[in-house]
Amino acid sequence: MPRAQAPGMSAPALWRWTAAPLARLGLSGRTLVILVPVIWLLVFFLIPFLVVAKISLSEPMIAQPPYAPLGTWDGLRLTLDLNFGNYAFLLDDPLYLNAYVFSIQTAFVSAALALLIGYPMAWYIARSPEPRRTLLLLLVILPFWTSFLLRVYAWQGFLRSNGVINNFLIATGIIDTPLVMLQTNFAVYLGIVYTYLPFMILPLYATLVKLDDSLLEASADLGARPVATFFHVTLPLSMPGVIAGFMLVFVPAIGEFVIPELLGGPNTLMIGKVLWGEFFSNRDWPVASAVAIVMLVVVVVPFMLLRNAQARAEAE
Amino acid sequence: MMRRSPFLPLICIAGFVFLYAPIVSLVVFSFNESKLVTVWGGFSTKWYGALFRDPQILGAAWVSLQVAAIAATVAVILGTLAAYVLMRFGRFRSRALLTGMVTAPLVMPEVITGLSLLLLFVAMEQIFGWPAGRGMTTIIIAHTTFAMAYVAVVVQSRLTGMDQSVEEAAMDLGARPVRVFFDITLPIISPALVAGWLLAFTLSLDDLVVASFVTGPGASTLPMVIFSKVRMGVSPDINALATIIIAIVGLGVGLAMWVMVRGRNRDKAVQRTE
Repeated sequence: MPRAQAPGMSAPALWRWTAAPLARLGLSGRTLVILVPVIWLLVFFLIPFLVVAKISLSEPMIAQPPYAPLGTWDGLRLTLDLNFGNYAFLLDDPLYLNAYVFSIQTAFVSAALALLIGYPMAWYIARSPEPRRTLLLLLVILPFWTSFLLRVYAWQGFLRSNGVINNFLIATGIIDTPLVMLQTNFAVYLGIVYTYLPFMILPLYATLVKLDDSLLEASADLGARPVATFFHVTLPLSMPGVIAGFMLVFVPAIGEFVIPELLGGPNTLMIGKVLWGEFFSNRDWPVASAVAIVMLVVVVVPFMLLRNAQARAEAE
Repeated sequence: MMRRSPFLPLICIAGFVFLYAPIVSLVVFSFNESKLVTVWGGFSTKWYGALFRDPQILGAAWVSLQVAAIAATVAVILGTLAAYVLMRFGRFRSRALLTGMVTAPLVMPEVITGLSLLLLFVAMEQIFGWPAGRGMTTIIIAHTTFAMAYVAVVVQSRLTGMDQSVEEAAMDLGARPVRVFFDITLPIISPALVAGWLLAFTLSLDDLVVASFVTGPGASTLPMVIFSKVRMGVSPDINALATIIIAIVGLGVGLAMWVMVRGRNRDKAVQRTE
């Protein structure tokens, strides 16, 4: 096996040149292997949040970078200059609260719609015989590999007043005047359901494919109608998939920027769009940071805690 | 066998029409003579010509490909290390921290990741003088960071699925941990590394939000150029670009399927001869 030999030859050499000198410094190879990913994530994932938190407490300033230093050091003592004005500003202006509420509401409606469409699809795929099942599953995943931005752009072409849908409806005589679909909340729901549908179908499929057929047969033998079987047997057993799928759509949808920007109208104030605007248009870095911190506390932290609790419950 | 109603296949077909109709329309209208992307004006390939004469798009595509290739490679190395440490190293002091930091990027909204990394780069430049300005390097670092989380998930599931007794046997025979990793573990998990690399490459190639935050003058990625064109209004050359991307993805998936099916058939043939 010449292929497996090559790394085998190099491994001791690798050891001699990298880990061994460090071992002499008191760092074992094991510690070193742990430290590489830990340090990378500390520097580029965790510390950035501390920087955001810091800047959210500083005053905006017309400068480069556009915020005032947080403290001053006069050689003897450090004067901290904490400024909660950015957070007060978020509370004062109803725009921000509305944006948070609207984002959560939009994400919830979209996730629910995705569940309604995704569940029957996942069920059908899971119950299909083998060659067809793999093919259908592949068809679900395939769009994910093409550009997300281009797929949202495709919906613009579908929904605009002289777009594909309106042209079709007018040509067939169903309507006379074009429907307004682009730049509405409906378009945003549609865009989210469309782009996140695979994330709903895959976890649902994973639980439904493991479902024991004999349970369904037993339920039917005992005289349950298909609807009763569904609500008393199938749905409860597939709950882990339902929750996982719902979360995989709901959480990222809250912070979505591209979909509300390209499909929504000026009234579709989702929080990702607000943050983007504060940063790129208003160049108000401290307020953008405050928006991010609130979003982190309101959205991401509860979700992480929920997931930890779930993982612990599963482990027990 | 349960009785089948026609309702399920119908809704499934409707679902796939919903998933594929916009993609099909992108392809169809990329061959449209008219500048209106939604009205058919005859067959033409002029938008492909326009695409290949557009230095902005070609330059951005080259930047994106470089960024994606480098970020995916670094992400595979770091993500595999993280997954291996979490699955095989038992208890260590920073374990809970690493677990949290590996899973959190998966649920972090892109706008937060982008903003926080940009502010970090600005602060680092003020304090250490590095990175001097922003551009490809900072995009690569940002993409590596979120992509390594995805790689770690893929590799972790492969490490859980593989037969650990092979590693233990090598260890019992006196192989050092480094050698066990390179000779035993790595070849076994290599399909997961390939899958993780492709996933990281796609994620990087697709990212608009994070790249927009952490880039600087002179480094525009392909999604950034597409986004600015799309925001301006209709641009049929974007349809041509989409068609090319879809063709490449289709070919890639077709090739992967072919390799997989061939491998499966060969396995069956081997089983038969045994």
